[in-house]
Amino acid sequence: MTETVLRTTPEKRRFTVDMRALSPFIALIVLVIAGALINPDFLTASNILNVVTRSAFIAIIAVGATFVIAGGGLDLSVGSMAALVAGVMILTLNNLGGGDMGTLAIGMAAAIALGAACGLANGLIVTFGRIEPFIVTLGTMGIFRSLVIWLAAGGTITMRSSELRELYRPVYFGDIAGIPVPIIAFLVVAAIGALILYKTSFGRHVIALGSNEDVARYSGVPIWRVRTLTYVIQGICVGIAILVYVPRLGSATPTTGLLWELQAITAVVIGGTALRGGIGRVWGTVVGAIILELVANIMVLSNFVSEFLVGAVQGAIIIIAMLVQRSLQRGR
Amino acid sequence: MRGKALKLAAAAGLFAGFATGAFAQQKNVTIGVSIPAATHGWTGGVVYHAQETAKQLEKTYPGLKVVVKTSPDGASQANALDDLSAQNIDALVVLPFNSDELTNPVGEVKKRGTFITVVDRGLKDASIQDIYVAGNNPEFGRVAGKYFVDNLKEGNVVVLRGIPTVIDEERVTNFEKAVQGSGVKVIDKQYANWNRDDAFRVMQDYLAKHPKIDAVWASDDDMALGVLEAIRQAKRDDVKFVLGGAGMKDMVKRVMDGDKMVPANVSYPPGMIATAMYVTAGQFFANAPMRGTYVINAELITKDNAKNFYFPDSPF
Repeated sequence: MTETVLRTTPEKRRFTVDMRALSPFIALIVLVIAGALINPDFLTASNILNVVTRSAFIAIIAVGATFVIAGGGLDLSVGSMAALVAGVMILTLNNLGGGDMGTLAIGMAAAIALGAACGLANGLIVTFGRIEPFIVTLGTMGIFRSLVIWLAAGGTITMRSSELRELYRPVYFGDIAGIPVPIIAFLVVAAIGALILYKTSFGRHVIALGSNEDVARYSGVPIWRVRTLTYVIQGICVGIAILVYVPRLGSATPTTGLLWELQAITAVVIGGTALRGGIGRVWGTVVGAIILELVANIMVLSNFVSEFLVGAVQGAIIIIAMLVQRSLQRGR
Repeated sequence: MRGKALKLAAAAGLFAGFATGAFAQQKNVTIGVSIPAATHGWTGGVVYHAQETAKQLEKTYPGLKVVVKTSPDGASQANALDDLSAQNIDALVVLPFNSDELTNPVGEVKKRGTFITVVDRGLKDASIQDIYVAGNNPEFGRVAGKYFVDNLKEGNVVVLRGIPTVIDEERVTNFEKAVQGSGVKVIDKQYANWNRDDAFRVMQDYLAKHPKIDAVWASDDDMALGVLEAIRQAKRDDVKFVLGGAGMKDMVKRVMDGDKMVPANVSYPPGMIATAMYVTAGQFFANAPMRGTYVINAELITKDNAKNFYFPDSPF
């Protein structure tokens, strides 16, 4: 008797979880159909590839944000951090001066290292300073942004070596077997993220920390280490996103990455991760990032929305998509 | 309060020292310059030109002291104005963050008898300023529109708008007026926030949506760079050229070098701060009437005159 109960309960739960995890995908399909109805050009391969490629930065950053948010934290500094990492990476490349693979590799390593360091700083201040992550990362958001403005003297930081630019360009514009490199990049990042979050003890600790910090502490979860590490993962993700971002325009400006933090958080929430922590869905997050980019694309492709109202319609679509998701979940 | 009084006394003492000291025969004038901090390309240019001009003016006119202060937002600019007037400035050159917020603070400085020069964005109360040096946004749109009418003659043009502001509105409406009735047809316009990444995205979408685009009015050089990259990726050869604006050095260089995709540019020079500083200094050192309004033309930059607009050392 007890045996059967034990056996059926997990079955049932797994079923509901699947539906919840599926709802962002359903929202995505609905949007694609809507897009196709609005403008037939929407479904051309080049348009779809453009849109998914463009969503790569936010998708990669949002995978990191999934860890932070699932662990009950928040990181508002990612946009500014992205700008700073891009700026420093380009300055490093310019100072090295070479146009070869070695130079590029050093620049890339610098980007990842700086991203990780920025994330570590956020994490340590949140944990050891015992300050609300909202305030900490609001502070570092200002710091990172000002640093990049200072480095650029208010202007633009541009890759000087055109040789290096051409060498690096395929990382955004190139493709492997017809799939653009940035798409492969975010799929790999998401796969690794999913592996860490779902299959390792660290991942389970993150979820435990996000659902109930006290319970997690009494269960022996190393709270400080786990929390700090989520911010480091976020920083590394920002670094990876920048590796794909820099080859596109070869420059960083004080407006680089403006409002990316809000887009990343929106992608995470659309994807089904709970903003209060305790639930993390890496693949949902990736779909969330694609949905955001799709909505913007549909707006430009449509002929009936005045450019003054684009923001309003975008906001409405996101809210409706969320409502549809919620009603799907309630239906179970 | 006490700190401020002390500072005032110190500043006054210092000033008196100068006046009675070695420079007694000379005319001693202090000009305060209050500008936005370098938060994007154009204001970066303003800061550069202000600092360069300060050096040059101090060299040209012995006895002249120029104090340049940058502020990251409107409220700090109001504080910076307080600090400047505490230094007993004779004249103030100000590029206000916004008209509403800074009209009163500048008015307060005026009440101390300071000579006021306002740059680019006018104050709510025009009686405060002695000199007004203004950029010309309607002209900016008109010159660009005329370029399309003269050079493209007919065809489909897509427009990238900046951030929804009065500046953007004036530019775009006058652009549309200028192309009205000609063969140039504006087939689409969207906001791209004077941002490279947004412009890249909007241009990719334009290229997916419109099978034939003859030219692009990017209305800004940052946006033009994003647009050019999107066109290059799409390998579309129907787009004949992209017209940016504001005279960023990289773009002016491309005009100078005869780049086919970037045949021209329209100026909206951050150097207008230099104009303002020169006429203000003239008020004290030249025997000429200076009070009035100066409108800096938005000029068409082409291969022939590009070198006059090229400042390789400026960050913008």
